[in-house]
Amino acid sequence: MRPEFASPSSSSSSSADRRLNALVRHLATASMVSQTAVAFSPTSGFHGDSVFSHVVRAPEDPILGVTVAYNKDPSPVKLNLGVGAYRTEEGKPLVLNVVRKAEQMLLNDKSRVKEYLPIVGIAEFNKLSAKLIFGADSPAIRENRVTTVQCLSGTGSLRVGAEFLARHYHQKTIYIPQPTWGNHPKVFTLAGLSVKTYRYYDPTTRGMNFQGLLEDLGSAPSGSIVLLHACAHNPTGVDPTLQQWEQIRQLMRSKALLPFFDSAYQGFASGNLDEDAQSIRMFVADGGECFVAQSYAKNMGLYGERVGALSVVCRAANVASKVESQLKLVIRPMFSNPPIHGASIVVTILKDSNMFNEWTIELKAMADRIISMRKQLFDALRARGTPGDWSHIIKQIGMFTFTGLNSKQVEFMTREYHIYMTSDGRISMAGLSSKTVPHLADAIHAAVTRMS
Amino acid sequence: MASTLLSLASATPSASLSFHEINKGKLNRGCMNKEKTSPFIKAKSFGRVSMVVASNVSRFEGITMAPPDPILGVSEAFKADNHELKLNLGVGAYRTEELQPYVLDVVKKADKLLLEKGENREYLPIEGLAAFNKVTAELLFGVDNPVIRQQRVATVQGLSGTGSLRLAAALIERYFPGAKVLISSPTWGNHKNIFNDARVPWSEYRYYDPKTVGLDFEGMIADIKAAPEGSFILLHGCAHNPTGIDPTPEEWRVIADVIQEKNHIPFFDIAYQGFASGSLDTDAASVRMFVARGMEVIAAQSYSKNLGLYAERIGAINVVCSSPEAAARVKSQLKRIARPMYSNPPVHGARIVANIVGDSALFKEWNAEMEMMAGRIKNVRHKLFDSLSSKDKSGKDWSFVLKQIGMFSFTGLNKAQCDNMTNKWHVYMTKDGRISLAGLSLAKCEYLADAIIDSYHNVS
Repeated sequence: MRPEFASPSSSSSSSADRRLNALVRHLATASMVSQTAVAFSPTSGFHGDSVFSHVVRAPEDPILGVTVAYNKDPSPVKLNLGVGAYRTEEGKPLVLNVVRKAEQMLLNDKSRVKEYLPIVGIAEFNKLSAKLIFGADSPAIRENRVTTVQCLSGTGSLRVGAEFLARHYHQKTIYIPQPTWGNHPKVFTLAGLSVKTYRYYDPTTRGMNFQGLLEDLGSAPSGSIVLLHACAHNPTGVDPTLQQWEQIRQLMRSKALLPFFDSAYQGFASGNLDEDAQSIRMFVADGGECFVAQSYAKNMGLYGERVGALSVVCRAANVASKVESQLKLVIRPMFSNPPIHGASIVVTILKDSNMFNEWTIELKAMADRIISMRKQLFDALRARGTPGDWSHIIKQIGMFTFTGLNSKQVEFMTREYHIYMTSDGRISMAGLSSKTVPHLADAIHAAVTRMS
Repeated sequence: MASTLLSLASATPSASLSFHEINKGKLNRGCMNKEKTSPFIKAKSFGRVSMVVASNVSRFEGITMAPPDPILGVSEAFKADNHELKLNLGVGAYRTEELQPYVLDVVKKADKLLLEKGENREYLPIEGLAAFNKVTAELLFGVDNPVIRQQRVATVQGLSGTGSLRLAAALIERYFPGAKVLISSPTWGNHKNIFNDARVPWSEYRYYDPKTVGLDFEGMIADIKAAPEGSFILLHGCAHNPTGIDPTPEEWRVIADVIQEKNHIPFFDIAYQGFASGSLDTDAASVRMFVARGMEVIAAQSYSKNLGLYAERIGAINVVCSSPEAAARVKSQLKRIARPMYSNPPVHGARIVANIVGDSALFKEWNAEMEMMAGRIKNVRHKLFDSLSSKDKSGKDWSFVLKQIGMFSFTGLNKAQCDNMTNKWHVYMTKDGRISLAGLSLAKCEYLADAIIDSYHNVS
């Protein structure tokens, strides 16, 4: 359950292990203070040596590391298709107009203070977030069966939910799709859950391995937790159809598998907020329980503000209230209470119908631009006669395309064409523009024809 | 068959008893997957929570209601009280003389500036805003400190003090397995929660002496000496929370001696730099002294109080290492801890701090406002002391109110006396006897003095 790291002073704290670790350090470093009368200390070292000598350098995060490498490249034609952050047609980050408007309103409000938020965050933010994802008319909300707590974007919501489950749920295994967002496994293992995978992506069709999914979830122990991407699966862009969602729902309910939804792209996938929430709402409609991690990083462009929410839909209101009290015990020793700025922006936008409408328009524009990039890339590859079936580019949905390129081809594209992407072949369509599509198409074409 | 069992499970307690009896032979298997051995009852027992494959029982039914946070819960109770004389001396958030929350003028300026600049909202690097990390280390260690020039400090932006402490705790758990953290008795209530959740063992060193309402220096030194070599010693850089009692400079030197002798690692929690004395440099003296000795030091910072940025959650964890290579490695591992916790920290508060500290005019203004805040608290201490001394005829020495420093005062009141403060006088405070002077106005000092005197003398 502990993460691995390349240090001899590994995961256990038993006294036998401590002695072993001491021995290892004894051999590894030139000298060690006498251990005779003194209780073992993992930090003892001779004078002048750092107590952190045994701390090794961690590798750069694979996803964020792409941008680091991109920044170092001096080439004028370099293209960053690594991290999933939206870019305009001009290749610039975008702050939504409605967000700037909201901030001006907040600044103009002289009654605003910076007092600590409650541990669970802004109450109005939590209510509005629940409404956004579950629908204003959701019976779960009406019946007070939902507890929603403000967390640090999607990552923070997943982590708090997972910590809660590791403490209070009888099943400590979470099943995650193969593949999934690179950070998922660590979020769950550090929270205390063990991670297993279920088949999801079929590289031969570049679509869903639905049979494999049903088999793997079908053989999971009853009550297991199952991570589901609500829409716009990251990294593949391959989503179940509504019929497939229904089958998944039935299977999961029959085995009492607990759904944990990761909703990072509501409104960003199809351009429609309700459509992108259908999978979740289907599960809530059957009266069952689920966890939902929501992020406003992409759909409101609030990336660095770290705005998100964890919702737990329970069977009964009193249970929801008990769950909330326990979520607070997870949050308080982690960061005490969440940051105010981003969540205040979200409240300002969601509670005002005009601003809400403005937001949906800007959101649709972003989603449409990405869909247009997909079409352009597909057309460009067709025009070049690039071998292979590239229709998955227009079939996949959301910010990312799983190109199907292998790591050698990716490496080639970086080296020869200065295209930066994750080694699994994932490209962020948000980082493309009409001007840069030809360059990418050339790179893919070259990679496919010259490298295999 | 299954449906009969389902209805049993969802019915009365006695019905679920018989359900358990049916299962008696199958219990005590722990939480493992033994479904195949109980073909007709697809159920698992784990502790007191029994999970049936039923669609009408919550899987979380057995969860108990957690108690309210002892510190933050005080404000909640205060809000619910309608008495006109009520006083909130619970959480440590600065209040003006009118008992209103205070947003520093310099912060308002910075907020306006940020909106005008219109910068993007891209993800920060995992370690946070580079400009913030630079100024925060300079602020704490001094801009000319050799450790900064030599790049021996690993600085990572964290979620205020709590978040920064948590990153350090996770680092300790991972790289110093079995090592203990020693925390003062008493200390901020959330410290033990942080180390518990990070699975770092901790124990206490004596600190507060109720007889003198001062520092139990001998006890502190003895306990630090007795700790296993290489323990982490959690020290409050200034304005100890909850007591307000700080070691003298000479006492700090002795503490540093003992820590060096035992190869312990000093771990500072600095939540009040500038807020205690009014001077940023004075309040950083203890940390700087340890660093000047060439010791490796961990230091968690918070801008909640000194810049009034409470809800923006801005702070940092600093690890001063003996070499720049060690610092680089430590920083990389702190990042590795942050990424699966929240990916990267919030940008807004970091930009406010970077803008203020990085601009000499704004920095000057900040210093002035900080002196004003610290000054108001000193004035309140004086008024409270005067009120207590003049009203209390018992001859009790109330001078500890003047000697203590920072936002808080440890009154020496026990739990029953604190309850009296709340129930009879509608004065809200934490049950350890701590009052937040930041929540006290000159106008209310006399009332508070009456309450304290009554609770101290008439309740046991």
